[in-house]
Amino acid sequence: MPVRVTTAPFDPGAETNAFLAAGQGAGAAVTFTGVVRSTAEDPVTSLTLECYPELAINQLEAILAEAIARFELVAASVIHRYGKLAPGEPIVQVMTLSPHRAAAFRGAEFLMDYLKTDAPFWKQESGPEGTIWVAPREEDDSARARWS
Amino acid sequence: MKILYFAWLRERLNRGEEEVSPPAEVVTISDLIDWLASRDEAFAHAVAKRSLIRAAVDARLVPHDAAIAGAKVVALFPPMTGG
Repeated sequence: MPVRVTTAPFDPGAETNAFLAAGQGAGAAVTFTGVVRSTAEDPVTSLTLECYPELAINQLEAILAEAIARFELVAASVIHRYGKLAPGEPIVQVMTLSPHRAAAFRGAEFLMDYLKTDAPFWKQESGPEGTIWVAPREEDDSARARWS
Repeated sequence: MKILYFAWLRERLNRGEEEVSPPAEVVTISDLIDWLASRDEAFAHAVAKRSLIRAAVDARLVPHDAAIAGAKVVALFPPMTGG
């Protein structure tokens, strides 16, 4: 199942192993896992992601198909959670498989850059100061723009 | 048609969805936003900055000039913050 949008927690290691096991000896696999950030300067008690699942699945499938075509990946996969998450919990995982490492790295980076701005999730951060909607970052827009 | 709202747009409107029957002259997403704004002051304020509103028709992302003819579900929402 190359696209999964879910409220259920996932095990990043087990997902990577399953992806590798199905990998037919392609040569290079990259896994990126995004986790809920909380630092001393910017403490977060929870992160709640709102989602439009039907659109998220359509968007992620389209982004995945583009990455596979563009970087000639053997396989690629995205898992994205929504709902309420605690610091340290995995939010998102992208995995790519390619004959060589450059395409696997670039494919994973492309997928992350696209889903930051083009996948219908909205983050709400709760901390000691209250709860805020996370604003889109300009860096995310420019990161996405460099691929077009 | 059904309209879905997400994130701060949903919060500011105090509803996640509503059923509407726009008149025939409402052809595009842009027309639909104008029409909804003309009926509801809270909506007009929430969408005042149009560049902050994204749209989908039947779970496909579309630009504001996209037609809504035959749409079952239109979604309106702020810029996405995935990942």
